[in-house]
Amino acid sequence: MDACFVRKTALALTVIGSAGAAQAADVEVLHWWTSGGEAAALNVLKDDLQGQGIGWNDMPVAGGGGEQAMTTLRARVTAGNPPTAVQMLGFDILDWAAEGALGNLDDVAAAEGWDAVVPEALQAFAKYDGHWISAPVNVHSTNWVWANKAILDELGIDQPADWNGFVTAMQKVQDAGKVALAHGGQAWQEATMFDGVVLSAGGPEFYKSAFIDLDVDALGSDTMVEAFNRMATLRSFADENFSGRDWNLASAMVINGEAAFQIMGDWAKGEFVNAGKKPGEDFICFRVPGSAGTVTFNSDQFAMFNVTDEGARGAQAKMASAIMSPAFQSAFNVVKGSVPARTDVPNDAFDACGKTGMQELAAAADSGTLIGSMAHGHANRAAVKNAIYDVVTAHFNGEYDAETAAEELANAVEAAM
Amino acid sequence: MGSAAQDTAVHTGRVARTFIYLVLLLFALFYLLPFLVMLINSVKPLSEITSGNMLALPAVWTIEPWLSAWSTAQIGVEPTGLKPYFVNSLLMVVPAVAISTILGALNGYVLTKWRFRGDGILFGLMLFSCFIPFQIVLIPMARTLGILGMAGSTPGLVLVHVVYGLGFTTLFFRNYYAAFPTELVRAAMIDGAGFFKIFWRIMLPVSGPIMVVSIIWQFTNIWNDFLFGASFADLDSMPMTVALNNLVNSSTGVKEYNVHFAGAIIAALPTLVVYVVAGRYFVRGLMAGSVKG
Amino acid sequence: MADVARAADFRTRLQQWIPKLVLSPSLAAILFFVYGFIFFTVYLSFTGSKMLPRYDWIGIENYVRLWGLSHWWTAITNLGIFASLYIIFCTLIGLALAIFLDQKIRGEGMLRPIYLYPMALSFIVTGTAWKWFLDPGIGLEQTMHLWGWESFEFGWIKDRDMAIYTVVIAAVWQTSGFVMAMFLAGLRGIDNELLKAAQIDGASNWNLYRRIVIPLLRPAFLSAFVILAHLAVKSYDLVIALTGGGPGRATELPATFMYSYTFTRNSMGIGASSAVIMLMTIAAIMVPYLYSELRERK
Repeated sequence: MDACFVRKTALALTVIGSAGAAQAADVEVLHWWTSGGEAAALNVLKDDLQGQGIGWNDMPVAGGGGEQAMTTLRARVTAGNPPTAVQMLGFDILDWAAEGALGNLDDVAAAEGWDAVVPEALQAFAKYDGHWISAPVNVHSTNWVWANKAILDELGIDQPADWNGFVTAMQKVQDAGKVALAHGGQAWQEATMFDGVVLSAGGPEFYKSAFIDLDVDALGSDTMVEAFNRMATLRSFADENFSGRDWNLASAMVINGEAAFQIMGDWAKGEFVNAGKKPGEDFICFRVPGSAGTVTFNSDQFAMFNVTDEGARGAQAKMASAIMSPAFQSAFNVVKGSVPARTDVPNDAFDACGKTGMQELAAAADSGTLIGSMAHGHANRAAVKNAIYDVVTAHFNGEYDAETAAEELANAVEAAM
Repeated sequence: MGSAAQDTAVHTGRVARTFIYLVLLLFALFYLLPFLVMLINSVKPLSEITSGNMLALPAVWTIEPWLSAWSTAQIGVEPTGLKPYFVNSLLMVVPAVAISTILGALNGYVLTKWRFRGDGILFGLMLFSCFIPFQIVLIPMARTLGILGMAGSTPGLVLVHVVYGLGFTTLFFRNYYAAFPTELVRAAMIDGAGFFKIFWRIMLPVSGPIMVVSIIWQFTNIWNDFLFGASFADLDSMPMTVALNNLVNSSTGVKEYNVHFAGAIIAALPTLVVYVVAGRYFVRGLMAGSVKG
Repeated sequence: MADVARAADFRTRLQQWIPKLVLSPSLAAILFFVYGFIFFTVYLSFTGSKMLPRYDWIGIENYVRLWGLSHWWTAITNLGIFASLYIIFCTLIGLALAIFLDQKIRGEGMLRPIYLYPMALSFIVTGTAWKWFLDPGIGLEQTMHLWGWESFEFGWIKDRDMAIYTVVIAAVWQTSGFVMAMFLAGLRGIDNELLKAAQIDGASNWNLYRRIVIPLLRPAFLSAFVILAHLAVKSYDLVIALTGGGPGRATELPATFMYSYTFTRNSMGIGASSAVIMLMTIAAIMVPYLYSELRERK
């Protein structure tokens, strides 16, 4: 029984996988990009592949930022019927690799020189045991603030330079009768703010020791208490009605001038742009005050599963190569609001925020301050990530005070390790 | 066993009757409200939804959201609308309902008219299977479907739904047939009628009401299932609920609530039709068996 | 002669076997797909399974960790609140509506499907509508404000302590009509002569129902209880659609807990152990019911 479930799965896969491989060179892609803009971006890839005679079998499963898709994936792999490529984030990729379920892209990677153009911090998630297992599509960054420029101009607020400046600015907005901070009360959104807030309170080294090394002392430290205090401050600037709100509805509040700020990853930019707003004119973006110079990132990747059929492997390799082509990286990321996963893509097609993002990514990659986002599964495994979510959201919703929260955080992480 | 048209002998005064009507209407409103919200907002332009009152009638009526949800809305990479998935769902629901109902009828017949030692225990085992939380069967089921070579196919989904519906259909038919006079079956046996002949000639013709209950129950549950559909379906067997979820739960972009609501109503239409058309027989069927001890 | 006798013998033997043969595929399927899988889950709960099943025996560690999680306690407490309110309200509303509907009501044919239809819809369909309706910013509260009732407040879904009650409201909305149908069927099955006799004896309506009708509905009560109890324990999509387990983790139920640990937190062992606890809860409700059900038949 114990003879490793996955190996059996892999065996079943050879048997059953070959049934599907009759149509030889198709790729089946499991993803959760079902909204108009994202689907348009994926269509670029689909058309590219179809041009090479490779069919695209679409398997979208939306919901919960990919949670539902991951359940589907598990059923598919267990059944011995894995998709060719799966949209995936951070540690999930490594976990699947550890189960022996992923394929090997070394040939394509070597031929196209991925090692040289993909930042180290990203490679940490795209390679396992020194082998390429997945093709990164983009890099998102989480420690951004999005602001409505009209409100700031009207109230005479400058872009805040540090945390206290940010608090003062929010106070001004609130005094003027507007919502200072647009926030959606879902655990992952609170965790996304926490990324930026922890950086602003403790700096990159502290962030690393707390979220990546899971140092219990750091997790329970006074700095962490300060971070929780700042979260409480943020909560006091959000409106009453934040709980359960989707992030894009919070963005809409900033777009419509109901609220001044939102702390959210750079995917929020897509909402602004789609609403016809121009960066620098209608809205501005800046790093969470106090966290400038550091970039907490997450990267959508297409993890390539173990397909044994020759034709399917060929199609898979072509798909990986198409994903990594500079043209696709540019086209996709312009639409998605993120920045390319390789550093040699020309920035001509990108807007002001995008250009800044690319610059900062390159700079952070060089200086070692490109750090995986805790909130988006790039700092630690799912069990730990969710344990942190539990505490952050409990504190944000008033269950703990800052001291208790820091203590609970240390406990929860220790229990989940 | 009385007929559904029969009323009780209780008489009520005028004040009491007014009160009763009032309560009944209030509850009707309570049950209808969510559906009304969906319906009203599915015929409004998006701008009116985001700016206005959720219960206000549309200023501009439009069927655009319905057309979009049916044939052009973005489900995955393709803007196909819900149309193709509707067919997938039908292909899955019809055989699954038919098979589980027939098996349930046969099981109920055996368990009441051909009793043997230990049949009670067997029935208990089958009944308990109604209560298993579906989340726990996902992984082992996936593995089994893989071994059977049915992963990601409509037959696989049919199998899953039949298996987890059997407990209910057996319960329905067993309780129904239990009330049917065994003497008739005995007499037929003495006349030399065999197992299947008795089933076909005597039991089936009287099974109408419970058939309706079983079909309604199974149809509703299978049509609305999301968990199994999302886990065991492939791109060409993906049911309606999964497509609807992709429409409604997309992670970014403007939420087109009117399209979402139209899609939700389209997805619910078959079950609604079944309830409205067969609803009359539903109470009769329940009465005829399944709620008796 | 002997041949005929043997043939006849074979026929009777076959007749004896056919019923068992007919039953056996269903039984085999259930033994494997239900009890086999339950056994598998029980086994998993004693292993260190993370993302996929693993078969390393680690004893009761998962259970120890499970009961040490405050999150699990929240889920259990919520289930207690949710299940008791849900069962009580569904039963009361269902019974009241059935009794009222049984009074020669004009338009019964219209009202019945209206009461029943929520059962036909999944929460993937109605979830958004409910979320809107309960959201103070766009739903009932806002509508009342627009209609001039400024002081009206209904923000339970945003309130950590009250959110679980909004889940109860939506759940009652979904199933109380179905319970109504079960009671209505029970009422229609009661012999009218009995009621007439009682009325001639001068019993008031109230007493008629309290003393005679409701006791006669005992089987319907029992069936309703069993159906409601198992729906309560299995409730999952309701919570996901309405609150996503929030605010914070305030509306987590065992079913959402189990799903989250098994599939999103990659802690399949803990997920399995919570499933075992759920199954034991269901068994505790079901086994006495099954026992009484089966004994009655003997």
